[in-house]
Amino acid sequence: MLLTIEDLTKTFPGTVALDGVCFDLRAGEVHALLGENGAGKSTLVKCLTGVHARDSGTIWLEGKEISPASTLEAQEAGIGTVYQEVNLLPNLTVAENLTFGRQPTRFGMVSGRKMRAEAEAMLAGYGLDHVNVTRELGTYSVAVQQIVAIARAVALSGKVLILDEPTASLDARETETLFQVVRGLRERGLGIVFISHFLDQVFEISDRLTVLRNGRHITTADTAGMDRLELIHHMLGHELEEAEGRRRHRQGGVERLQVRGLARRGKIEPFDLTVREGEVIGLAGLLGSGRTETADVLFGRTPPDRGDATDADGPIDLRTPRTAIAAGFGYAPEDRKTDGVIADLSVRENIALALQARRGWTKPIPRAEQRRLANDYIRRLDIRTPGAEKAVGDLSGGNQQKVVLARWLAMNPRFLILDEPTRGIDVGAHAEILKLIGELTAQGMSILLISSEFDELIAASDRVIVVRDRRHVSELVGEEIETGRIIDAIAAHENGEGAMTP
Amino acid sequence: MNARALPLYATIAIFLIAYLICYIQFPAMLSTRVIGNLLTDNAYLGVVAVGMTIVILSGGIDLSVGSVIAFSGVFIAVMLRDTGLHPLIVFVLLLAVTTAFGAAMGGLIHGLAMPPFIVTLAGMFLARGAAYMLTIDSVPIDHTFYDDVLQDAYYRMPGGGRLTLIGVVMLLSVAGGMTLAHRTRFGTAVYALGGGQQTARLMGVAVGRTTVLIYAFSGLMAGLSGIVFSIYTGSGYPLATVGTELTAIATVVIGGTILTGGAGYVFGTLVGVMTMGLIQTYIVFDGSLSSWWTKIVIGLLLLLFILLQKGLLIFGRKQRDIAA
Ligand SMILES: Nc1ncnc2c1ncn2[C@@H]1O[C@H](COP(=O)(O)OP(=O)(O)OP(=O)(O)O)[C@@H](O)[C@H]1O
Ligand SMILES: [Mg+2]
Repeated sequence: MLLTIEDLTKTFPGTVALDGVCFDLRAGEVHALLGENGAGKSTLVKCLTGVHARDSGTIWLEGKEISPASTLEAQEAGIGTVYQEVNLLPNLTVAENLTFGRQPTRFGMVSGRKMRAEAEAMLAGYGLDHVNVTRELGTYSVAVQQIVAIARAVALSGKVLILDEPTASLDARETETLFQVVRGLRERGLGIVFISHFLDQVFEISDRLTVLRNGRHITTADTAGMDRLELIHHMLGHELEEAEGRRRHRQGGVERLQVRGLARRGKIEPFDLTVREGEVIGLAGLLGSGRTETADVLFGRTPPDRGDATDADGPIDLRTPRTAIAAGFGYAPEDRKTDGVIADLSVRENIALALQARRGWTKPIPRAEQRRLANDYIRRLDIRTPGAEKAVGDLSGGNQQKVVLARWLAMNPRFLILDEPTRGIDVGAHAEILKLIGELTAQGMSILLISSEFDELIAASDRVIVVRDRRHVSELVGEEIETGRIIDAIAAHENGEGAMTP
Repeated sequence: MNARALPLYATIAIFLIAYLICYIQFPAMLSTRVIGNLLTDNAYLGVVAVGMTIVILSGGIDLSVGSVIAFSGVFIAVMLRDTGLHPLIVFVLLLAVTTAFGAAMGGLIHGLAMPPFIVTLAGMFLARGAAYMLTIDSVPIDHTFYDDVLQDAYYRMPGGGRLTLIGVVMLLSVAGGMTLAHRTRFGTAVYALGGGQQTARLMGVAVGRTTVLIYAFSGLMAGLSGIVFSIYTGSGYPLATVGTELTAIATVVIGGTILTGGAGYVFGTLVGVMTMGLIQTYIVFDGSLSSWWTKIVIGLLLLLFILLQKGLLIFGRKQRDIAA
């Protein structure tokens, strides 16, 4: 065994995050670590790499007991990690981020030239040739940052590589690139821990898997011998509620919004959009194809420089998010790592935040009302927290995500944009969220749903708009909405360069 | 162009424009004499501002430095008066004390997870109090080494200006600070802390060690600045340099470093110091303006820079959008 963890226990005030967990990792295998949001996966990783001090338990690496007290010590022992929340440091250059702590020096001075060369070598094979390593990391997209973080961890991991939801912000092609790298490392005899909520990816890449539930070890098995339903059963502790098949398509509701010729130079070409009451519009396309850009323009995050929007009462001002919110728009952005939760505020406060902002600070929402709201969403989204007063920063990554979602749902906007609402959310909660979308639209809310998962789009949307190369290229309605048609529309006329993330 | 360097260019541009205005009005201001004096008069500020730059880059603040400078002056004066020690030995002792003092503050900041503002505020009172414990009067420094060597050493530049020893010390400090911040692993760790302490920790920065070193460095520079100040004034006085920490912070910000940390250049701080000195010199040349104008202009400059940084941030984001 390359790495063995025995009887690891970790408690946080009010929560037993890990309860006597055992885990082992062989050299030359990809070991998937699975479980619901809040099961303890990230905590296990953090105890292993010295971010959290464990209460009890032992860790052996290659037969020697180790007890890293910091990430640095873990790195020195040969364990490289991509943490779920970390995006490296946006204010340093790409090269500095990559070589951090191991910058090549000459006479004690960092050699810029060597550092650049080393960084470029580290990035080779990840398809990031357009990235200038001397630029600040923050100027690149989240996907690029994620790949840089992975490249860094790979370079640091002499023996063990840990990837905590590395694919949450990657598209299919980038994921494939990552998997190629991972397979190469496996061949070289590294042990790789892979955490993900994408079960397809787990089945594709992993050799063995371990399931945690409520901080306990449930099972460890060969991936090949495990079937999907059994796995979900292990994770949830019960069967997945039968997904309610495909939604019955609604058409011909009252027209609520009309958008004409809305565009932003360099971001998204002019598009028209009519939104009807109670409908779900799916937005499909590759990462960087103009999906998020469409949402940004609609919400005033990047103000449109052309076009207009009207509703029954006349024109709508979409120049800033504030005016868009005033017009009854809501937007749960994809990049929840950066503009999501406020970690130090409680679940209740985070949920009430947007609603409060909309009402204005002079009209505070009564405590009792806030508490009712918070408890309502904790129940509906199955947010795993000891209570509404817990600081959001103490929740697991997926549960933090649910809080952000709850914040926008609580505003009860008439038009809600959801950008990848189920990224990083476990299979159980995934179904809950789709159910909730159904309920909300039944009450009249209109939703623009952006998602890379076709199943999700197909299950939830009344029509699907396909975006490619910053253009809305086609619209599928009713029976046309199926995986094959969506893929065809995305791929049709695809020119050689494809759709790379900018 | 590197967006990160824009505030630095802005600082340099403002300094050059200001100098041009001064020159048009008083052609005599473009002389090595004035430049030599600028360096000499602002040497202590420049030295301490280098330490402050490192602290601010890391996302911290050090309010103790003004008091530490005063303490240093008093410590030197009293030691020279009461013991037979050579000034150089006194300097070494002093630097050891101030560096340890800074390191202790850094240790508290990290160990107790306390805000640097509070810890260094306490340090500010402690150091001032310690200065008072040594003496409550102004103590003149009367030592031949001071009079004949330290205060008298200078290089005569073409045009008659004097590049004094303390001016050189400041320039060397800036050069040292630049090397430390931009060319060492420690420097990258400083920027990393300024970018986000939590993330820095997950990336493997030894947060505790780095924090201690940062404040130790600031203490060292404050001690060095105290030595420079004692050479400049030839005395030690516990009430000296009140508020210098704030002036130092102002020069750092005018020099283009972001007050929240993570971005900036040590060289910018030198330009910031020179800009402040220039304003003072202008007021001296003019003769009719009250010295309070210095404060007003500094206030306006600070405001301008904060606005500029905000503007650049927005501009940078737009550029990025267009590029993307
Ligand atoms: N810093 C912390 N303070 C207090 N409680 C914490 C802290 N970090 C995690 N927890 C709790 O520990 C439990 C396990 O969280 P963990 O982050 O390990 O879940 P996870 O399996 O990674 O979930 P996800 O899939 O959502 O990322 C959760 O109940 C969470 O609330
Ligand atoms: Mg997690």
